[in-house]
Amino acid sequence: MTTLKDKTESAAPQARVRRKSELPTAIGFIALGLALLVLAPAVLSDFRLALLGRFVCYAIVAVGIGLAWGRGGMLTLGQGVFFGLGAYVMAMHLKLADAGADGVPDFMKLYGSGEVPGWWEPFRSPIVTVVAIVAVPALVAFGLGAAIFRRRVRGAYFAILSQALAAAFAILLVGQQATIGGTNGLNGFKSFFGFNLYDPVNKRMLFYIASATLLLMVLVVWQLYRSRYGELLIAVRDQEERVRFLGYDPANVKIVAYVVAAAMAGIAGALFVPIVGIISPASVGVVPSIAFLIGVAIGGRSTLFGPVVGAIAVAWAQTSLSESFPSFWTYFQGAMFVLVVAFLPRGFAGVGALFNRRKETA
Amino acid sequence: MEALFGQLFAGLSLGSVLLLAALGLALTFGQMGVINMAHGEFMMAGAYTAFVVQGVIADAGIALVVSIPLGFGIGGLLGLLLELTLIHRMYNRPLDTLLVTWGVALILQQVARDVFGAPNVDVRSPSWLSGSVDLGVAEVPASRLFILVLSVVAVGGLALVLTKTPLGRRIRGVVQNRDLAETAGISTRGTDRLTFFIGSGLAGIAGVALTLLGSTGPTLGTNYIVDAFLVVVAGGIGQIKGTVIAAFGLGILQAAFEYSTTASIAKVAVFAVVVVFLQIRPQGIFSIRTRSLA
Repeated sequence: MTTLKDKTESAAPQARVRRKSELPTAIGFIALGLALLVLAPAVLSDFRLALLGRFVCYAIVAVGIGLAWGRGGMLTLGQGVFFGLGAYVMAMHLKLADAGADGVPDFMKLYGSGEVPGWWEPFRSPIVTVVAIVAVPALVAFGLGAAIFRRRVRGAYFAILSQALAAAFAILLVGQQATIGGTNGLNGFKSFFGFNLYDPVNKRMLFYIASATLLLMVLVVWQLYRSRYGELLIAVRDQEERVRFLGYDPANVKIVAYVVAAAMAGIAGALFVPIVGIISPASVGVVPSIAFLIGVAIGGRSTLFGPVVGAIAVAWAQTSLSESFPSFWTYFQGAMFVLVVAFLPRGFAGVGALFNRRKETA
Repeated sequence: MEALFGQLFAGLSLGSVLLLAALGLALTFGQMGVINMAHGEFMMAGAYTAFVVQGVIADAGIALVVSIPLGFGIGGLLGLLLELTLIHRMYNRPLDTLLVTWGVALILQQVARDVFGAPNVDVRSPSWLSGSVDLGVAEVPASRLFILVLSVVAVGGLALVLTKTPLGRRIRGVVQNRDLAETAGISTRGTDRLTFFIGSGLAGIAGVALTLLGSTGPTLGTNYIVDAFLVVVAGGIGQIKGTVIAAFGLGILQAAFEYSTTASIAKVAVFAVVVVFLQIRPQGIFSIRTRSLA
């Protein structure tokens, strides 16, 4: 265990003393914006666009994972929990809104007592809902992060605890048939803050909202990476004890990244609900939580755009492959985990660097 | 009184299943820092071994007796294969082994689905394990008692190997200080390989035992892997006794919570207990004291 921490990081030693030009990043950001907001709506059919909207939600989660895992070294296997919290908050609001003032959501009449439980009531208000989408995941992450990081539980222990959290959360949801739909989850939403969800125009609007949110998140993370905090985060990842000796508290640094990542996952979940139309325990448990990671690993965990591109590419590949060859997709996904993580720890973003280094040594 | 003993036994039984699942994990995680997510799939391989053996040997009792060592062998060989092909390249990146072995787990699950089909298969229990045994204070199912005994035997066997044999001495040496062990002339590579074989073999045994409790399916491993890792984390690494106490402790807790609430609340409560417990002892129940900072 001694050297566990120190050695983990050899995967991404990217310390550069000289500050790199920010022009390529800015160009990349604009290109991403153009691709999502101009190109995609122009080229894709409504069906494909809604699909891309779902992938964009995954990409938002991936941006947060890139921050926590790629830059912060925290292997969070439980992002599904925060994704689920945001999603369920949104879904509860939509259910209540569909039911009308003082109405009771349809599934409660079937399975429950026919009365809306007290803890649902606050989510009738759109404002409470929007605040809760960010606040609930952030608070849970803060509580857990404070408990775990302050006691210097880290590395594999943290990964396992975050995974256990995902397992516990999914089990909890499955058990609550009467109040949050159990295995079926919440589905059948008709409107989104007053907008009819069956209207294709509104569906397009949702795509724009998701894409704009993704761009905003990338912007936030980019500014974090540029700041002193970003450097501190990398320092904590690579040499936690040295940072401690320099007078910083690594726990605080980690908690910030973890909370931001959790809030992003929550926002992604909230956008996921109206776009896809369902949230169920199957999309928040252990398996989906780990599946979030593969895109990040493939794209390059410590890069800014890698997680975004990786997450969208993997989701796209999954949809097109698993439709026609479901069993092949599982093999492919497994092989991706093995090959990319074992042999390309920097993801495909690292392929270029591989060639660079060879040139330098030659 | 009888209800109390019934609950206690339910907890012990759950604990023994957890123990069988976690024992091999504790060994490999403790020695190498490797988080083997495919451990659950090695259990699945053990369970399917029992299924296949039963297809060959008609008598369920003999089949079970044959399955246990065979499951150990199959699980162990899978683990050895994994170590030789992937894990040994990644000892300096323990967190990444988690993702790599998860990929292996996905592949193994799909292999099981393609070979044995997606629906669960059943392994017949021998007749002498189908009834219940009267222990005086409570009647308990024979199969669960068998698993309890099996887990105790497995722990005893492992403890014996670790404390009494030259191999065990080497393993303990590598766990305590890898560099020093290497300096003293121990082949740490060879020891790692053997540890992985034994640890994965124990998963195979756990899989055979699980066929007595329910049906076998491709996702059998996934159901146990998270709980097994919780046991390892709570127990602390490097010593078996931590794992044993944690397994039975969590098992009894889970049964107690289940008795007073529901199964799903119980799972969440157990998780909360582990997190709170790690506040008090971040390194688990027992840990090897070193001077290192990490």
